[in-house]
Amino acid sequence: MLYKGKAITYGDNVDTDVIIPARYLNIDDPEELAKHCMEDLDENFINKKTKGDIIVGGKNFGCGSSREHAPIVIKVSGISCVIASSFARIFYRNAINIGLPILECPEAIDDVDEGDILEVDIEQGAIQNITKNKRYKAQGFPPFIIEIIKKGGLMNYAAERAGSIE
Amino acid sequence: MGMTITQKIIAAHVGKSVVEPGELVLVEVDMALGNDITAPVAIKELKKIGAQKKVFDKGKIALVPDHFAPNKDICSANLCKVMREFAYENNIENYFEVGQMGIEHALLPEKGLVVPGDLVIGADSHTCTYGALGAFSTGVGSTDLAAAIITGQVWLKVPESIKIIYKGKLKRWVTGKDLILYTIGQIGVDGALYKAMEFSGEAVKALSIDERFTMANMAVEAGAKNGIMEIDKKTVEYVDKRAKKPYTIYNSDEDAAYTNVYEYDVKTIEPQVALPHLPENVVPVRDIENITIDQAVIGSCTNGRMKDLRDAAVVLKGNKVHPYTRLIIIPATQSIYLQALKEGLIEIFIEAGAVISTPTCGPCLGGHMGVLAKGERAIATTNRNFVGRMGHVESEVYLSNPSVAAASAVKGRIVHPEEVVVSAI
Repeated sequence: MLYKGKAITYGDNVDTDVIIPARYLNIDDPEELAKHCMEDLDENFINKKTKGDIIVGGKNFGCGSSREHAPIVIKVSGISCVIASSFARIFYRNAINIGLPILECPEAIDDVDEGDILEVDIEQGAIQNITKNKRYKAQGFPPFIIEIIKKGGLMNYAAERAGSIE
Repeated sequence: MGMTITQKIIAAHVGKSVVEPGELVLVEVDMALGNDITAPVAIKELKKIGAQKKVFDKGKIALVPDHFAPNKDICSANLCKVMREFAYENNIENYFEVGQMGIEHALLPEKGLVVPGDLVIGADSHTCTYGALGAFSTGVGSTDLAAAIITGQVWLKVPESIKIIYKGKLKRWVTGKDLILYTIGQIGVDGALYKAMEFSGEAVKALSIDERFTMANMAVEAGAKNGIMEIDKKTVEYVDKRAKKPYTIYNSDEDAAYTNVYEYDVKTIEPQVALPHLPENVVPVRDIENITIDQAVIGSCTNGRMKDLRDAAVVLKGNKVHPYTRLIIIPATQSIYLQALKEGLIEIFIEAGAVISTPTCGPCLGGHMGVLAKGERAIATTNRNFVGRMGHVESEVYLSNPSVAAASAVKGRIVHPEEVVVSAI
């Protein structure tokens, strides 16, 4: 599970209210919701992102509300994965549960500039900054988490397992 | 090595005698909660796998339309309808329709649906509120809720704990809200990331149950998995009047492990205000000079309970809201609303020039009933002051206790309650 893309960088404490403002939470359709991804933090996000880009956050990324809409709009926007110094715990769970790859690695974050080309290996917990020619090692995930991400989320994973039990 | 109250509750719900911090466990939940924003996403997931009629226990699921209800627009009405139909089809016992509902985290304890020793998950970050009753409760997302609705289980990592001891006697005008704001100001918005925050000490014991809910409620604002307190006579008295089921009291062992222990002398703590745009930007209200406000909000899952309304009434009685300021007061549940009416508080509020709203989360998350325009500023007893939280991306929210919010509404700028109550005498 290798993800390669250009970095879109943000600071510390990016909260779920700026990732997807509550005024849009009455929208049911993920594609429609994703038009407002990052709107209150970076209104240019929608125009500058390209498929496969990697969001780079500081510490406590995804803090605040438990809204799963936040990782959903990031995923639907075509972001391949999110790396940060640390994640708020509900966002962390939600990202895994909906199959959005994430990785914590403070060392890598310190060096990244907007537009750097990054390569992230979720299974190995390896991050490479191709632009700067640097490599970093993060904590990888246990196999069951990798499996959840691979299946595209917890429900697919659970449904498949339930199917195989029957 | 002994265990913390958090470890003990988790162990009991895994069926083990001991669990260690860092251990991944699958726990049985006593209650799984969703609201009109998060439950529809969970229900959609259930429908995808054909499990929309496979609830694990119709008595252990609570669904509360509180965020955008009473329906603020057609889209919200559709979301509420999705949840309502799911509740009817599955005979969910704890679905609370408009007229019965309240803000979920005020409602569940009030109805006796959460008791000491429970393990509760909710698809709402402020689910950590119930720690005030000695329960383990934590916020999750919609997919975790969906999985819990059909299995009755959720996976958790057993958290490490930090302990915060509050010593001494509180000054007048200082409440549980000020203690938690002060604490977040000290340790930061990620100061308790992934951890359990255990509140203790004589100052916490002196707090009303309502104020203890406020403290546990904002544990998530320091990044915590849960906030929790030990049980005392006040807790037992509160729970015995309401509990719908038997309960178990757990206390932390004396030799339980904490990654950090903080000790605060509350005698020196003044009413606190969190400045935009993070709950950790905390200063004593006396340090704030000439910050005018367009709106004040008293309510939310943090501060919409009886103690909060009574505190506001002390300040507002005989006073008028400043002509350039709007004061919106939102009792958190129907029974709080009714009690406030019986005590004459609603009359005090209306005579002061406040508006009273039906229970809703409403303005706290910029939903409805008090959304801010570009450049507007509010003081609120709510829990978050992030960019755009209450409305326009260029609006501002200051967080405080109810007395400070009420006094600020009267003066039209952020003030210490003394400025209003002294002048009224």
